[in-house]
Amino acid sequence: MRFLRLLAIVAALAAGLQPALAGRIADADLSARVAALGAGGFDEVETAITDLAATGDDRVPAILDRLGEGELMVRKADGAVFFADKAGKDYRLTDPVTGADAGPAPKATVEKIKVNNRIRRAIASAVGALTLMSPDPAVRRAAAEAVMKSADAAALPALEQAIAVETVPDIRAAMVAARATALLASDAPESDKVAAIAAIADLGSRDALGFLSGYTSADGAVGDAARKAAAAIESRLMLWDMGQNLWYGLSLGSVLLLAAIGLAITFGVMGVINMAHGEMVMLGAYATFTVQEVIRTSWPGLFDYSLLIALPVAFLTAALAGILIERSVIRWLYGRPLETLLATWGVSLILQQAVRSLYGANNREVGNPSWMSGSFSVGDIQVTWTRLWIILFALAVFLALIAVLKRTRLGLEMRAVTQNRQMAAAVGIRTPLVDALTFGLGSGIAGLAGVALSQIDNVSPNLGRGYIIDSFMVVVFGGVGNLWGTLVGALTLGVANKMLEPYAGAVLGKIILLLAIILFIQKRPRGLFALKGRAVEA
Amino acid sequence: MITSFLIDSLDRRGRIVVGLLVALALLVPAGNLLVPEGSAFHVSTYQLTLFGKYLTYALLALSVDLVWGYCGILSLGHGAFFALGGYAMGMYLMRQIGARGVYADPVLPDFMVFLNWKELPWFWHGFDMAWYALLMVILVPGLLALLFGWLSFRSRVTGVYLSIITQALTYALLLAFFRNDMGFGGNNGLTDFKDIVGFPIQAPGTRAALFAASALMLALGFVVASAVVRSKLGKVLVAIRDAESRTRFIGYRVEHYKLFVWTLSAVMAGVAGALYVPQVGIINPSEFDPAASIEAVIWVAVGGRGTLVGPLIGAVAVNFGKTWFTGALPEVWLYALGALFVVVTLFLPRGIVGLWDRVVSRRTKPAKEMDGSGRRAGEAA
Repeated sequence: MRFLRLLAIVAALAAGLQPALAGRIADADLSARVAALGAGGFDEVETAITDLAATGDDRVPAILDRLGEGELMVRKADGAVFFADKAGKDYRLTDPVTGADAGPAPKATVEKIKVNNRIRRAIASAVGALTLMSPDPAVRRAAAEAVMKSADAAALPALEQAIAVETVPDIRAAMVAARATALLASDAPESDKVAAIAAIADLGSRDALGFLSGYTSADGAVGDAARKAAAAIESRLMLWDMGQNLWYGLSLGSVLLLAAIGLAITFGVMGVINMAHGEMVMLGAYATFTVQEVIRTSWPGLFDYSLLIALPVAFLTAALAGILIERSVIRWLYGRPLETLLATWGVSLILQQAVRSLYGANNREVGNPSWMSGSFSVGDIQVTWTRLWIILFALAVFLALIAVLKRTRLGLEMRAVTQNRQMAAAVGIRTPLVDALTFGLGSGIAGLAGVALSQIDNVSPNLGRGYIIDSFMVVVFGGVGNLWGTLVGALTLGVANKMLEPYAGAVLGKIILLLAIILFIQKRPRGLFALKGRAVEA
Repeated sequence: MITSFLIDSLDRRGRIVVGLLVALALLVPAGNLLVPEGSAFHVSTYQLTLFGKYLTYALLALSVDLVWGYCGILSLGHGAFFALGGYAMGMYLMRQIGARGVYADPVLPDFMVFLNWKELPWFWHGFDMAWYALLMVILVPGLLALLFGWLSFRSRVTGVYLSIITQALTYALLLAFFRNDMGFGGNNGLTDFKDIVGFPIQAPGTRAALFAASALMLALGFVVASAVVRSKLGKVLVAIRDAESRTRFIGYRVEHYKLFVWTLSAVMAGVAGALYVPQVGIINPSEFDPAASIEAVIWVAVGGRGTLVGPLIGAVAVNFGKTWFTGALPEVWLYALGALFVVVTLFLPRGIVGLWDRVVSRRTKPAKEMDGSGRRAGEAA
């Protein structure tokens, strides 16, 4: 009677979940009906069971379950019915309705209510009806799932009944699957079992696969059908896994894109190796943190908009820091990329330590606004809102940047200075100003990346360190000076990384990817989409 | 004959440096072992070990300078070669522990017993013999550099691209050595050493000997580097640094020259790592950190790249500063290091040695202009 116990537990859980006590009748009423169980012969007991089931009370399954186990006893003195637990040689009695302790009772003073197979069937169908046919759909679903897991042939009649009246398609499907599992466990004819396997295979879930794996080694038609069904489910699940990994990959790719896109401007367009780029991302994240702190203390109602407010703040903070660095350090080092690299590394150390002094070395908590928390699923793929927004945000930033470069005066001047500095200066473009603004733009975009990353990563002074090598890899892989290359590079590396992970593990996957990029650069030293040129030394 | 050739290759300044190093190798251990405590000339064991560590850093800096200062290859991954040499030495020292480990396994190092490994991985065989370990100290970094350099130089990956992929290389190795399954002790690395070639590693005599070995090895490295840069090959290297394409057009096989000096430099870094490990008593994956490699570059920049004395001065000076700052004012150290990077690249492109030369030449030959060989006009934008 394993499944009865399960169903009783389901009912008890559901009862615990519903403080409103919707499915209950008065204690005294129920007590009277329970007392009827101890009234006389099998016929009376059967009537009493039907009577109890008709109440629909959620305490009934537990009582009936105990009855089936032979743990329901009548006190000879007054004919009252109790749960009886063995306590040494005597019994300890509990009121079945209120759960109140009724004290110990010597063996001679109580009598067990006798149960035969007819009564057991009556109990099974009553409990099944109470849970599988409960008015609460959640209880029905839980009951069906419990039967499916227990795969007990005894549940078949109750299931048949329930399926006949079930109207919610989902729950009906779960019940049909539960019937199939019960059928497989029973001694039904082989043709029924094969049909049952087909019904389980239709579920296509991991649970179904786990259940089928118990039958794949069986002989005959059942084994064949189970093996075939298991293989079908496996290939289906593998497709969903691929889909999930692809999604993770796109998500990682969008993070890489955000981190690298600013670098694509400063390194790709200007040719400046900015090792402090990661620190610009970090500044953006800390700007987000500061904005949220101010909002938390002063305008708590605006919290849901905190990220939108943080965007311009982070952009301006990082852009100003970038312009400051460009004017004070980098402009003296144009044409000497290796020196630029070292100097900006120094700047990155100073920025890290400055943030550590200001905000402390510990991680800072940046909250998720309500519209970014939670997740939903598409098929078997879990999609979190945070990741989805970050992907959209990364694409939006990317397109905005393309628009700035291709459609604005500043973009035109930037491209002019990049292509031919002397000629640009000759036609009247103020190249130092354009340099500063370009660098500011690249840094500002890194700041925007910081806002997004604050949602998924630890905001600490070391935040930027983790992204700098990856960002350079993306830019170099995609092809320096080509924004579309950066997009393709970021998404390719993100997806490749996540696709490798299930086979190689996270760390080894990353190592393989790094080595692959190193080898790739040997083959195409200028990246995937190299700018064509005639210079010997670009 | 080779010795006399090597000695002849030194200029006046080089002879002074080598003489000083040999004197250090003799006097500092003597000051530690023979001079009684309390005397003004006594060197404590702590100072001895610390300075021994600086000397191995100086050798690493020299190896970076050889490729960066003389051939224009800015390696941001020389720490990888240093650490590989260190790991080779660490593996030897681990095998020397024998049954004295916590788990008292006669063959397997403690961390392998801890991971429930039954057999020594194949790449750990042979490390119980000192000669084999020493061979590996040279071969492992050398072969990796040879392979990496052969691929990179052949396909003409230059300038910042090369810098970035050297950084990626050391980063990949960092991640790899963090993994427990690699069989190099994972996060904790290799430590708890007992003996080196039969002598207890903590004994004052062993420490003094390791110090002397570091000083002499640095002197040897200096002499070799000096021989390289003063030979015709060295002139070609400088030509490659200043105008790679022109050198190629003249008819030199640029990649062969680069590969030679790159591999030599990696071997020097590996030897430095091997001397470093027994003195500090531990080697762990943090030596592969890209930040550590960049720090080695700044030692060279501070001392003066393109000079052989510079890296020695830079490595010792910066690390002395680091020891002092992290002890006295830990908050300030990163500011100081960061500022050092900026100030040196902006205002002291030829480092301390360049500054010294300028002061001296102004005093003695006020008319002669500096040749500015630290600059490379127009190259590799």
